[in-house]
Amino acid sequence: MKQYIDFFNSCRKEIDEGCSPLLNSCREKAFETFRRVGFPAYKSENYQHIDIAGLLKEDFGFYLNRSSININPHRVFHCDVPNLNSHKHFAVNGHFVDDETQKDLPATVFSGSLNAFAEQYPVLFSKYYNRIASAKDDGLSAFNTAFVQDGYVLYVPENVVIEKTIQLTNISAGNINSLINRRMLFILESGSQAKLLVCDHAYDENPMTANTQVVEIFAGENAGFDFCELEESSPNTVRLTGNFVRQAASSQVRINSITLSNGTTRNNYTIDLAGEHAESYLYGMAIADSRQKIDNYTLINHLVPNCRCNELFKYILDDEAAGVFSGRIIVAKDAQKTEAYQSNRNLLGSRDCRMFSKPQLEIYADDVKCSHGMTTGQLDENTLFYICSRGIPKEEAVLLLKFAFTNDVIQGIRMEGLRDRLKLLIEKRFRGELVTCRGCGRVEN
Amino acid sequence: MLIIKNLHASVNGKEIIKGLDLQVKAGEVHAIMGPNGSGKSTLSAVLVGNPAFEVTEGEIIFEGKNLLEMPAEERSCAGIFLSFQYPVEIPGVSMVNFMRTAVNEHRKYKGEEPLSAGDFLKLMREKQAIVELDKNLINRSVNEGFSGGEKKRNEIFQMAMLEPKLAILDETDSGLDIDALRIVAQGVNCLKRPENATIVITHYQRLLDYIKPNIVHVLYNGRIIRTAGPELAMELEEKGYDWLKSEG
Repeated sequence: MKQYIDFFNSCRKEIDEGCSPLLNSCREKAFETFRRVGFPAYKSENYQHIDIAGLLKEDFGFYLNRSSININPHRVFHCDVPNLNSHKHFAVNGHFVDDETQKDLPATVFSGSLNAFAEQYPVLFSKYYNRIASAKDDGLSAFNTAFVQDGYVLYVPENVVIEKTIQLTNISAGNINSLINRRMLFILESGSQAKLLVCDHAYDENPMTANTQVVEIFAGENAGFDFCELEESSPNTVRLTGNFVRQAASSQVRINSITLSNGTTRNNYTIDLAGEHAESYLYGMAIADSRQKIDNYTLINHLVPNCRCNELFKYILDDEAAGVFSGRIIVAKDAQKTEAYQSNRNLLGSRDCRMFSKPQLEIYADDVKCSHGMTTGQLDENTLFYICSRGIPKEEAVLLLKFAFTNDVIQGIRMEGLRDRLKLLIEKRFRGELVTCRGCGRVEN
Repeated sequence: MLIIKNLHASVNGKEIIKGLDLQVKAGEVHAIMGPNGSGKSTLSAVLVGNPAFEVTEGEIIFEGKNLLEMPAEERSCAGIFLSFQYPVEIPGVSMVNFMRTAVNEHRKYKGEEPLSAGDFLKLMREKQAIVELDKNLINRSVNEGFSGGEKKRNEIFQMAMLEPKLAILDETDSGLDIDALRIVAQGVNCLKRPENATIVITHYQRLLDYIKPNIVHVLYNGRIIRTAGPELAMELEEKGYDWLKSEG
């Protein structure tokens, strides 16, 4: 931790350089928070199985000098998700790559870099940026806020509906170990709707890359937002994300968190249902083998009556992989007529993989419908035999059943082309074939 | 086609089949009857290679090959089919995907190319008519939410798709009403070929009114204690099994 504090104190000028003054103005306070609370402590209640400080102990070089990027993503990356008709954006090492995509979107919509947003919409920036993240006194978010240099913002004004999915591809590139801070801010004003797919790619397997990422989602009254994040990174990637959602009345937010391949991942989701009749859907799926580690922490706060949430996380583990799910739903005292459902299902494919699950419901209201449940186990022998008895070899039968296990999470995704694409990627993943999308990921410099 | 010699089999260390001999020739329909716990279902499980059952002695030769050396999937491809007494529900695996995988594995075994999507669907439609299986069921997950009768019909549908040489029907009549029984039996009869054989395992004469056996065996305490013509089934229906047990 010390190297980061020293770095902040000694290299403030480099950190600020090229960034909007508004963005820079948030650093000092965040840095103070970080210095006070530090990284979340290993073995503390919500970090039983992941040592954040340990993961970031190595002296990662900060990725600061953006001019070294010499990639035109539009030229070298070609997303081959068929039938996914999307507005495509790219961010390389956390820096948004300026492009023409914005032109296809309604003129009132802002979809672009965090710095540009701060310049063009200073009032909105100050109203929303770092609002939920800072309120939670979270060391990791504070760290991100202190150091982040750019990011992506989607602002959809009142009653604007964007039909086409917006796609942001995050690319980690570079030849040296680096720490990258990424930031996303989504503002959906009342009655607006949008769908966003974020693909998280690491395309160079050699250097260690650590990513911190803070996502803030504001859904206004009656707004609808689909946020699907797909991680396809490398064993040398550390990914630490904090996702903060605040929902106004009758808004609907649907989050799909898919980890196809990774190194070590920790995703935090904090969702505040702050207006009546708001609905939140959180679907996660993680596939891990070798020594991969996936740790998802979710906290859903039912603050007012008549809201609904449905949470489903599925893990498919093999080899020596480790999965962690910690799900907490808190129903406040007056949040009557809450409907909250939480489910975690895990499939273990080897003796050495491990799953830690902690489903929690805290209910302080007395007129609610809530449930939570967790199962961890192996494939059913009777089912396997039934399939084999029809002439299907055991390996294929296992594949069919693992694939079937992912089905309900995939069906929860409302981006059509992506569903089919994911099915293919998951099948390849289970077969041990190259996981990355063709086009994305493995591109020569 | 099938020769079973001095078969001994156990499950969880308990011997269930205790020296069973049986021969089935092409074109024949055998009925195996017997009281509960006599080993009927164990016999069918052993024939299709369920790993939960251990063969401790004896041999099973199917078309000149040692069946006991073959894993379940190979036995299926070689032409053995079991209609399960309790078909398994497989949420998330569609009937179409399940059958396409199975049919293509069978084709691969025979050295044939996989069926095209169009030909496969045509085959599905053709076969589902045989057992009057609702086409909506074909688009659902395997057996998920099917009624007891639909599950059994689905077994016969799978049999029609895979065209086995030796079909074993394990209490296919249990849980069926009269109409479903008739449809299932018609399906089985419709698939009958002179070069194929069928083993019908049942408690009751009822199914044998529809699927006429050439030979009826009584299995008791892990062995076949009596073998005779179809008239034996009628006699059992009338008298029960007790009069035979002393002979076992």
